[in-house]
Amino acid sequence: MQPRLELRNISKRYPGVVANDDVSLTIQPGEIHAVLGENGAGKSTLMKIIYGAAQADSGEIYCDGNLIAAHNPAMSRSLGIEMVYQHFALFESVSVVENIALSASSAFNLPSLAEKIRELSLRYGMPIDPHRQVHDLSVGERQRVEIVRCLLQAPKLLILDEPTSVLTPQAVVKLFGTLRQLAAEGCSIVYISHKLDEVQELCDTATVLRNGKVTGTARPKETTSLELARMMVGSRLPEMHVSPAAPSEKPVLEVRNLSAKARDHFGVDLEDVSFNVHGGEIVGLAGVSGNGQAELIALLSGERRHAQGDAIKINGTAAAALRPDERRRLGLAFVPEERLGRGAVPSHTLWENAVLTAHRFGTVRNGLVDRRRAAAFATGIIDRFKVKANGPDATAQSLSGGNLQKFIVGREIALAPKLLLVSQPTWGVDVGASAFIRQTIVDLSRAGTAVFVVSEELDELFEICDRLLVICKGRVSPPLVRTSTDREEIGLLMTGRTMGKDQTGGSSVALQD
Amino acid sequence: MRIAAPVLACVLTLIVGSLFFASLGHDPLPTLYAFFIEPLSSMNGLSEWLLKASPLILIACGLAIGFRANVWNIGAEGQFTMGAIAASGVGLFWPNPESALLLPLMFLAGMAAGMAWAAIPAFLRSRMNTNEILVTLMMTYIATLFLSYLVHGPWRDPAGFNYPQTALLPAAAMFQSFDPAYRLNSSIFITVVAVLLMWLFTDRSFLGYKMSVSGAAPLAARYAGFRESAAVWIGLLAGGAAAGIAGMAEAAGPLGQLSPQISPGYGFAAIIVAFIGRLNAFGIVLGGLLMSLLFLGGEGVQMTLALPSALTRIFQGILLFFLLAADFFIFYRIRLVRPVKDAPALETAR
Amino acid sequence: MELFIAIFTGTIIAATPLIFAALGELVVEKSGVLNLGIEGMMLMGAALAFWAVTAGYSMPVAILAGALAGAAASLLFGVLALTFLTNQYAAGLALAIFGSGVSAFLGRGFGSEPIEALHGVRIPVLSDLPVLGPLIFRFDPLVYLALLMFVAISWFLYRTKAGLILRTIGESPQTSHAIGYPVIRIRYMAVLFGGLMAGLAGAYLSVAYTPLWVENMTAGKGWIALALVVFATWQPLRVLLGAWLFGGMTILQLQGQALGLQVPSELLSALPYLATIVVLVLISRNRQMLALHFPASLAKPFRPAS
Repeated sequence: MQPRLELRNISKRYPGVVANDDVSLTIQPGEIHAVLGENGAGKSTLMKIIYGAAQADSGEIYCDGNLIAAHNPAMSRSLGIEMVYQHFALFESVSVVENIALSASSAFNLPSLAEKIRELSLRYGMPIDPHRQVHDLSVGERQRVEIVRCLLQAPKLLILDEPTSVLTPQAVVKLFGTLRQLAAEGCSIVYISHKLDEVQELCDTATVLRNGKVTGTARPKETTSLELARMMVGSRLPEMHVSPAAPSEKPVLEVRNLSAKARDHFGVDLEDVSFNVHGGEIVGLAGVSGNGQAELIALLSGERRHAQGDAIKINGTAAAALRPDERRRLGLAFVPEERLGRGAVPSHTLWENAVLTAHRFGTVRNGLVDRRRAAAFATGIIDRFKVKANGPDATAQSLSGGNLQKFIVGREIALAPKLLLVSQPTWGVDVGASAFIRQTIVDLSRAGTAVFVVSEELDELFEICDRLLVICKGRVSPPLVRTSTDREEIGLLMTGRTMGKDQTGGSSVALQD
Repeated sequence: MRIAAPVLACVLTLIVGSLFFASLGHDPLPTLYAFFIEPLSSMNGLSEWLLKASPLILIACGLAIGFRANVWNIGAEGQFTMGAIAASGVGLFWPNPESALLLPLMFLAGMAAGMAWAAIPAFLRSRMNTNEILVTLMMTYIATLFLSYLVHGPWRDPAGFNYPQTALLPAAAMFQSFDPAYRLNSSIFITVVAVLLMWLFTDRSFLGYKMSVSGAAPLAARYAGFRESAAVWIGLLAGGAAAGIAGMAEAAGPLGQLSPQISPGYGFAAIIVAFIGRLNAFGIVLGGLLMSLLFLGGEGVQMTLALPSALTRIFQGILLFFLLAADFFIFYRIRLVRPVKDAPALETAR
Repeated sequence: MELFIAIFTGTIIAATPLIFAALGELVVEKSGVLNLGIEGMMLMGAALAFWAVTAGYSMPVAILAGALAGAAASLLFGVLALTFLTNQYAAGLALAIFGSGVSAFLGRGFGSEPIEALHGVRIPVLSDLPVLGPLIFRFDPLVYLALLMFVAISWFLYRTKAGLILRTIGESPQTSHAIGYPVIRIRYMAVLFGGLMAGLAGAYLSVAYTPLWVENMTAGKGWIALALVVFATWQPLRVLLGAWLFGGMTILQLQGQALGLQVPSELLSALPYLATIVVLVLISRNRQMLALHFPASLAKPFRPAS
């Protein structure tokens, strides 16, 4: 059979890294083909090359037997190749149908396009209203828009980049149904993921990447998880050491009946949020992104303040009305989800970025920045947390994502916090650094610090947390003890299903079934 | 690396300038000589050079503090005017025109007026979220009209043959010239102090550090708990104070009175000086000397070659254009070139 | 009645350059680019159009020359801001300074003689109607062109695919690039269009509004046009209304001076600038309203990743 897509010896390098090194793979019509690899293995780059959003330095791409020379996304679409990005390519300020019209080749006729969208989305079991504004949609709904956009072009090859990272377990089941239906109709699917269980459940074949190289191909359904994992991460599989928690008697962080309006119409209102975090324990917050996590974390960190001071207490002190630096004096430290531009100033050096939050630790004296001490402080972090950097004078933007994250985590831990807030601790961080960061957080909590972790990765939360909270539509569930709950229960809470009296809660959340 | 872009921009401006003169039918070399060398070949020329560089550097230092924090005060011209008005007001109407306190009082009045004029946009930006670019600019027009009202109306010199200007300031209200033959005066020391303060503030102080975080990454500043409104206030007030003092020194120095043409565009030119100086204290000194030379040269060729003084503004614009463009070539191109060397295929990709 | 007609028509005429310049800038800003150099482009347009008239060219040619001068000036900004990715504030300021210098340089030989202004239209029957004739049907053609541009731009932005593309580039050039649109090229076209409109606004000033050459004759109108775009919260209809508001202010101020009001003329002259500040404050307080139509990528340099 003529393969739908064939890659031969694709290589691509960026300054300092080889993203793809001599990668070859073949995909048949109707095949669901996984590209499996850890963060940073080169999966996304490879997909961009297939789609034409990036150009390979060398190698060849064949589609239905024809060589594709230098191409671009528009050309790919005319060949029947469509891509659903991990971070969606949708415009917030316009409607669903306008978004889709932007990539449709048909005449600019919004009413007829809207009708088509309605039909198609129903046929594949993921209804969407074409006239809604995108900023009103949940993440799951946005993904539907992206997929419907691709399906309108009747694609021969559909590329999905980590499509489940933003979905509830239930929504994932639903998505897989749609993908199988598509494949049965003859569409080839490239499924990029780092999640073994999903790949084993859905995919016919898998190509595994590590450090930009193909380390193996497999039939995932006939291969054990251990074998796949070996191919992904090599022989060394990091292990976590999580000893039992010994929570302090009094809570370090107390949140009582915290309600807050969203600051703009892109945000989510928080409603009556209450929970505690004790010293020595890790409390995790699960939830589909865009359900109020950003608002909650900004209120906890002090980036946003609240009039009712005792809605948030840190070590017994009313803190909700305090600025971030004032809360830090109470023992707070915070690792935000955006490293560049929020956790660190991209163009500043590491020693300057150390001063950002460590200015009360001897790096500023008499109103002047003490460069020598700041550099020593930064060097201490670099050594202790094994940050790969050209010393304290390297700029933050010159570090890889994982190394910058280690630096920021290291800086916040060096402040000897009583309460640590961490948002998305290991986003885009390679497997070795992830394990290191998680272990560091666990160790910190076992030494008595109260830790609050927000993450969209359930695996991560189950790995390190002692108790779990679930956020949905701005409401936070009662705490669940990790050892006595499971993914099903958390998943249901993520869709708002069992959230007490208000049953309307589930109506527009993510992918309800 | 930091000076490569300004140097390149100057060279390109000179080349374009030569072509421009040639196209006007003037031999480029003598014209460039008249523009850039002749003004500096006499004692008086050197005195005028420093005299004009001083306000430019002073204002640019103040503005750069704001620019570093992304606070865009482009109304220094208005703050300069208000500084000159307030200082002259004190100088003209203080009960004792021979008081030794007169000059210090004028200094304070000029500074306070410049700050007050900048405080309005600072308040509006920090409290009302109002764009400071437009407000500072509108306030410049208002200041100019206010000056015009004063010199045409209540402050007009009754013995001035109906010219729109005030009476001359008393001697105690004037900076002393170093040499009666030349106009350069002791106000230049104010600029020297300002440059040192600016360096200390931006390069060493924690407050300056906070401002640079606000400018480079506003979310990081919020994350760390640095107040955005503080950056807005400090940024605008620094520019207002510097411009107000410069206006005072202009009135109490070379002019000695108020007239509608109090500033030859120092407030706007200082913006360019700040950029040429890379928002850095010592860079601004060089930038100010260069810009002062452009002003002098413009006046020179106006007199000797009958070329219009608008040339100065054209050169200012061209210089800034080239500086911005040179920045791109030096900071981006180098990053672009390296990977291309490693992997020639990238060339086709771009 | 006479006074009303004078005020009404005066308002419409005074608003015309603002409509051109602000609508042009609206399109530029909708694409995510902030060009602060309107004042410079207007001055170049004014100078070139005036020169063309004095050199004996016909009115349409002169006006076209003014518009093209504005476009040429905007190209300088475009190269810096779009190709060289410089700070757009700085590039716009450079253009404002440069334009005022070039126009003053060009204008040194223009003298102070007025030229014959652009004529009003004469439509049979309509122009001769009582009241309605002078009120609506006797303006010069550019007044009607300004209104036509308003209709055309509103239609373009909200009814065509090209307008949708432009608006979405203004929200997120990264996304537009990802789905295959030539962001830089489209932004260039927007910037050139903005320059064309600013040039037209300048030409209107020097050949129709005050058919005279005066150095820096725009007197801040370019900056007021910028403020109008903010005031209009990036919506064409509000640009139109805002321009009329400012036109009315200008005319009241002139009428006030003519009637010999007992206030300093400088105070009256300062009114438009004061009004600009006041409306900016009023509109800026409501962040939600500003955010609704705000081009999210405004003034942020964009370079497509390879």
